[in-house]
Amino acid sequence: MTEYRAPLRDIRHVLSSIVDIDDLGQHFGGLDLDTSMGILEEAGRFIVDQVAPLNRVGDTVGSVLNDDGTVTTPPGFAEAYKAFVEAGWGGIGFPEEYGGGAMPGTMGIAVQEMLTSASMGFSLCPLLTQGAIDMLLHHGSEQQRETYLAKMISGQWSGTMNLTEPDAGSDVGALRTKAVKADDGTYRITGTKIYITFGEHDMAENIVHLVLARTPDAPPGTKGISCFIVPKFILDADGNPGVRNDAKVVSIEHKLGIHASPTCVMAFGEEDGAVGYLIGEENQGMRYMFTMMNNARLSVGLEGLCISERAFQQAYQYATERVQGRTVGAEKGSSNAIIDHPDVRRMLLTMRAQIDAMRAICYYDSAAVDRSLVGDNEADRQAAADLAQLLTPITKGWCTDVGCEVTSTAIQIYGGMGYVEETGVAQHFRDARIAPIYEGTNGIQALDLVMRKLPMNGGAVIGGYLADMAKTTTALQSAGGELAAIGASLESAVATLTEATTWLGENGMADPVQAMAGATPYLEMMGIVTGGWLLGRSALAAQAAIDAGTDDPSFFEAKIGSAAFFAAHLLPRAAGLLAAVTAGRDVLFRLDADQLAS
Amino acid sequence: MNIVVCVKQIPDPADPGALDPETKTLKRDVKLILDESDSYGVEMALQLAGDEGTVSLVSMAPNSEVGGLRTALAMGAESAVLVSDDALKGSDALTTAKVLAAAIAKSSPDLVIAATESSDGYTGTVPEQIAALMDLPSVTFAKEIALDGGTAKVKRQTESGYDSVECPLPCLVSVTAGVVEPRYPSFKGIMAAKAKPVEEVTVADLGLDAGSVGWAGAGQEIVSIEDAPAREAGEVIEDEGDAHERIVAFLDELKVL
Repeated sequence: MTEYRAPLRDIRHVLSSIVDIDDLGQHFGGLDLDTSMGILEEAGRFIVDQVAPLNRVGDTVGSVLNDDGTVTTPPGFAEAYKAFVEAGWGGIGFPEEYGGGAMPGTMGIAVQEMLTSASMGFSLCPLLTQGAIDMLLHHGSEQQRETYLAKMISGQWSGTMNLTEPDAGSDVGALRTKAVKADDGTYRITGTKIYITFGEHDMAENIVHLVLARTPDAPPGTKGISCFIVPKFILDADGNPGVRNDAKVVSIEHKLGIHASPTCVMAFGEEDGAVGYLIGEENQGMRYMFTMMNNARLSVGLEGLCISERAFQQAYQYATERVQGRTVGAEKGSSNAIIDHPDVRRMLLTMRAQIDAMRAICYYDSAAVDRSLVGDNEADRQAAADLAQLLTPITKGWCTDVGCEVTSTAIQIYGGMGYVEETGVAQHFRDARIAPIYEGTNGIQALDLVMRKLPMNGGAVIGGYLADMAKTTTALQSAGGELAAIGASLESAVATLTEATTWLGENGMADPVQAMAGATPYLEMMGIVTGGWLLGRSALAAQAAIDAGTDDPSFFEAKIGSAAFFAAHLLPRAAGLLAAVTAGRDVLFRLDADQLAS
Repeated sequence: MNIVVCVKQIPDPADPGALDPETKTLKRDVKLILDESDSYGVEMALQLAGDEGTVSLVSMAPNSEVGGLRTALAMGAESAVLVSDDALKGSDALTTAKVLAAAIAKSSPDLVIAATESSDGYTGTVPEQIAALMDLPSVTFAKEIALDGGTAKVKRQTESGYDSVECPLPCLVSVTAGVVEPRYPSFKGIMAAKAKPVEEVTVADLGLDAGSVGWAGAGQEIVSIEDAPAREAGEVIEDEGDAHERIVAFLDELKVL
């Protein structure tokens, strides 16, 4: 097992070249790049020492459901979580009013990146808590915010999101959990929820479940969903955890990966109904969910980056140590480390460049979310919000698909030993595989991109986005040399993306299924081109740093090399996807369901 | 209770350090961090001070470096004095002790804590030199310190166990690494540390003569520096029925039996 190393230089580079943290920081008490990195270095030191060593035991032991209905997390998790809470790393992106750190959300994302790379299973507890915090911050009553937020932001209490039911997955509108108003104004919740991450565990003093349910006279579908707070322990008069609520874990799932994270089947109201408190108004639950969806999907997209980074570090180490075979030109009878073989190089560089691209996309998205909240004026905030809306499905969909590819490549570099569990590299592949599924499958992300995001403002948002790419192309081409070659590759890819976008606009308008049929290859194309574009910006910034006489030229040269590889090997994939994007509906429905099997 | 902790800021041991062939000393123009061996002293001091006492830091470093001090301040120390002066380049251990002693004396502490040795220079002499210069009693290799009125009760690590030592305050205690769990700075601690006072002073501010420090004042000279010898291949013992005897003989030869 390779130890995790916090990629602080890479994070610094994106905070500088993609986020422009010095600019964003003006809205956060003058936070600058050096201060940001001072904070992240300490967070990284804590995470590397305290959380990263737990990744393996998290996988091999996992969380266990006991006969008494409690869940025991893997050895060391509860202690590490306590230390995490004491250090205050979970709340840095939340308002000071509730004990948060009042930092940009992007700083929270940077901490989250390191935490997720250290142990994805561990990171899911704070992640779900963040989602619940977002919901309460935006839609909770003042009294609800006062009651719950400080403890949740500190991490003393964790949070869960209860959406899915056995017959309501991607189609949330089909959910059946009931909420009946009691005389005292609270509700009694009954129903079964599945796939509830950290629905029960031993790391926090209380668990604040947010539960989607229907009131008796609610309209059908998503318009009849309400959202409730259902605490594991109902709070006493002093606001401390008191009586046990009627909300219990029934079983935990045996999963492909993220074994440390207990995925619970939750039974609400098996006795006399779980006590729940309505958030906002009845029947508005789905609308409230959408306000936190950008953040939640960004966080899941980030998981693709994080697991890839951890897998890359391990595969890189192996490739430098494993001696096997002789390279062309090497002395007869000698052997080389496999990193010297061209195809292993290709694999490592593919991983490296995709990781750099994913990091740029995730942080660009996060910065857009931040600017949508703190921008100088309404127009700036709206433009940033539109950009975040557009980027959300790209971040979630592309980064999680690439996460599966990169972790698979890590196994390939290990060869047979990668397929053997004891090297630990297979765990990353298994952990990564959930990310394209949850928080809206990647199929849904593709539909969201094509059907909801491309038409925003009559196509003006995607139009502006493509125009921004063209600006970078021009800047690269006028920089000359290697940068110009990156620019040429990018120009061609942007042209392809533009053609695909136009085709979807024209044909999707007449028949939505035409656009839906090409949505997934389009999302992939969009991810690739966005990655290539942002790496182009990264390369320009790296060249500027070199020209300014940086004391770390090797690092910046590597960033240019990574962008150049992406432009040579990965950007051209966009052209190959064009035919699939524009193939239309007929080729998918040419076979009927029976013929598909024959 | 006024406790001063001597902390050294050193190049990150994770990055390979480099020696300057001209001065034959470690290159210190990189970013410096808190020497891990000092984090134990900082933690001990914070525990001893509790809510009543104060913990302050004293450090000597080039280029106004405060990176390591900020880490110790984020852990909970209240203030720091940094001695930074180009005149100090080339200072030997005794000069370092003179400079630190002058800086420490400014605050008349009840207790001075230092690490047994730094993780870059490893001379292991500076704490005792400071004690001698300040005319303080000194206790070395502490694994535990308790304060009882005007007395420090120290458990002093030995090869076979520990000595229980008592010593009147003020005194200087050097602590061994790994004896406490240094706390990680919290986010709030890091933010608070940014506002904590770090007083930067020069050799002249301390009333010392520039000619008595640095290269000029060094009583030692580094004659040459050599690369560490490459590790040689070990001896492989093939078992021909007598392997156990040969291993015993080998260990006996090393005088470890």
